[in-house]
Amino acid sequence: MTKLLRWRWLPWIALALAAAFPFIAQSLEMPYLVRVGGVVGLFMLLGMGLNFTLGYAGLFDLGFIAFYAIGAYTTSIAMRAGVPAPAAIVLSVAVTLGMRALLGLTILRLRGDYLAVVTMGFGEIARLTINNLDALTNGPKGMQVAPWRPLAFLSADPNVQYYLLILAGVAVGCLASRRLENSRVGRAWIAIREDEIAACLSGIPVRQYKLLAFTLSGAFAGLAGGLFALWEQFVTPESFVFWESILVVSIVVLGGMGSLEGVLLGALILAGVPPLMQATLSAEWINYRYLFFGLILVLVTLFRPQGVLPSSRREAELTS
Amino acid sequence: MLIQQIVNGLTLGAIYSLIALGYTLVYGILTMINFAHSEVLMLGAFMALGLAALAPAIFGNGVIGLLGMFALSMAGAGIINVIVERFAYRPLRHISRLAPLISAIGVSIVLQNGVFLWVSTQSLPFPEPVAIGQVPVFGATISTLQLVILAAALALMGLLHFFVEYTKMGKAMRACSDDIQTAGLMGINPDFIIALTFFVGGALGGAAGVLYGMNYGSIKYNLGFLPGAKAFTAAVLGGIGNIRGAVLGGFILGFLEVLASGYIPNGAQWRDVIAFTVLIIVLLVRPSGLLGEKIAEKV
Repeated sequence: MTKLLRWRWLPWIALALAAAFPFIAQSLEMPYLVRVGGVVGLFMLLGMGLNFTLGYAGLFDLGFIAFYAIGAYTTSIAMRAGVPAPAAIVLSVAVTLGMRALLGLTILRLRGDYLAVVTMGFGEIARLTINNLDALTNGPKGMQVAPWRPLAFLSADPNVQYYLLILAGVAVGCLASRRLENSRVGRAWIAIREDEIAACLSGIPVRQYKLLAFTLSGAFAGLAGGLFALWEQFVTPESFVFWESILVVSIVVLGGMGSLEGVLLGALILAGVPPLMQATLSAEWINYRYLFFGLILVLVTLFRPQGVLPSSRREAELTS
Repeated sequence: MLIQQIVNGLTLGAIYSLIALGYTLVYGILTMINFAHSEVLMLGAFMALGLAALAPAIFGNGVIGLLGMFALSMAGAGIINVIVERFAYRPLRHISRLAPLISAIGVSIVLQNGVFLWVSTQSLPFPEPVAIGQVPVFGATISTLQLVILAAALALMGLLHFFVEYTKMGKAMRACSDDIQTAGLMGINPDFIIALTFFVGGALGGAAGVLYGMNYGSIKYNLGFLPGAKAFTAAVLGGIGNIRGAVLGGFILGFLEVLASGYIPNGAQWRDVIAFTVLIIVLLVRPSGLLGEKIAEKV
């Protein structure tokens, strides 16, 4: 298993398979799989983003979905103002980065569970503010987003277009994560996660590195949010409830904190299984899908508490 | 108007405090957020609904029947919490801090969907426990229901205070909360004390669920989430792990909500935003909550 994971061609083969996936699904007459794949891709982006905060730097964030919402609404509002879609996405990333940096500057002095509660509070504040600011966001009725059809030369189906666009985002995100993980910055994050005081004494500027991890997470959420808004052409505050933040945390923890492969697999399981069950279970079982989902969550955690694909370093930390 | 609002704030605050106590007791010993607590509270309310039909036959009508329903619901909620601890948290106790959190989320989903699938997908009316009357107090009228809720919550808080401060088991709980390993060396069985803590916390949560049902008059499979999240916030506001802090935080949050909806234009819409903003400001000024102790860093 580890040998397979270290195989140098594996990422490229996985990418090629993922790129071919929507065309295979279409030829098998299962177009819903493309939508499921796109959703999984968005959660991969979110998981990778939160992995910086939670996995690498060990900061517990329960309100991550707020930045997905901010990204989605920035794109929607920019599109309404006539900004071209690619520029709207860039703007989303910039806005989420900025807001994340501001929030980080104020709250990162808090530790552990206090940070978790404050981020949860921020998540609720963001959602309720979006819900109440009717003039800007059209409130609970939601916002229409003008259609944008990228990659029309590859496929006429917008789902396939957005699937491929999200896949490209995931690929770039993976590359960035990997490069950062193996850099001076990544090593500093791991040092902070393992022992903050020792890291501080070794001359790592702890505050700045925590803020960097916290802020970078925002870029992924902004990108995912922008793509989500353009794909769905409709955003409402309902899509960004607390439960979604919990789902992203579960993806990171269940997959294996601080492990890129783990996060990708976690997103595949947790974001992919419920819609797949919805599509495949017979009518009498369909209502049981969340029950099964909860059971899977409990059982996987009991049998693989370190995550399904933990990073070797993190595993050593937990067992020592 | 003001007296009415104060009583509303006290009632809501008392319910939040009871729930917050469940979070804080567990956190005090295991430093773990029991995410399934909101479901325990929901199950407490559903058990009371089931028992409300049965209780008159066992205990007779009137006060005894009401107390019997209350006590049995609390015991049931406590036992559920103990079972959850035994199977979903205990195996993960020494492994990592986040693993029990994820299994708690899983348990929460399972319990909620269990009720959704096998009990009811709709809101069910919650019976009125006492004939509701209006009592004039300083020119305002207060419903007797609110007084019953307030009295029950305060009585339970008094009982908890007595249990934790003056009984041997309470002493053992405090010892475990100080240092669980040393407590084990002093002849305390930590597994038993942890189970006991989950029982007490769950029972308080169950009681809060019953009171919540009485207050709003109907219950639904997802009723636990919102008061659960708010009570957790209250526990943190007061200083998580601290029993008095949980009560204080609960009442502050209850008052904030009631006053925000009563006195600020469009307040009902913004009340949760105000509550969470106050929380963030308080934590920025006092990073371990209002009554929380500053914990020394491990070196």
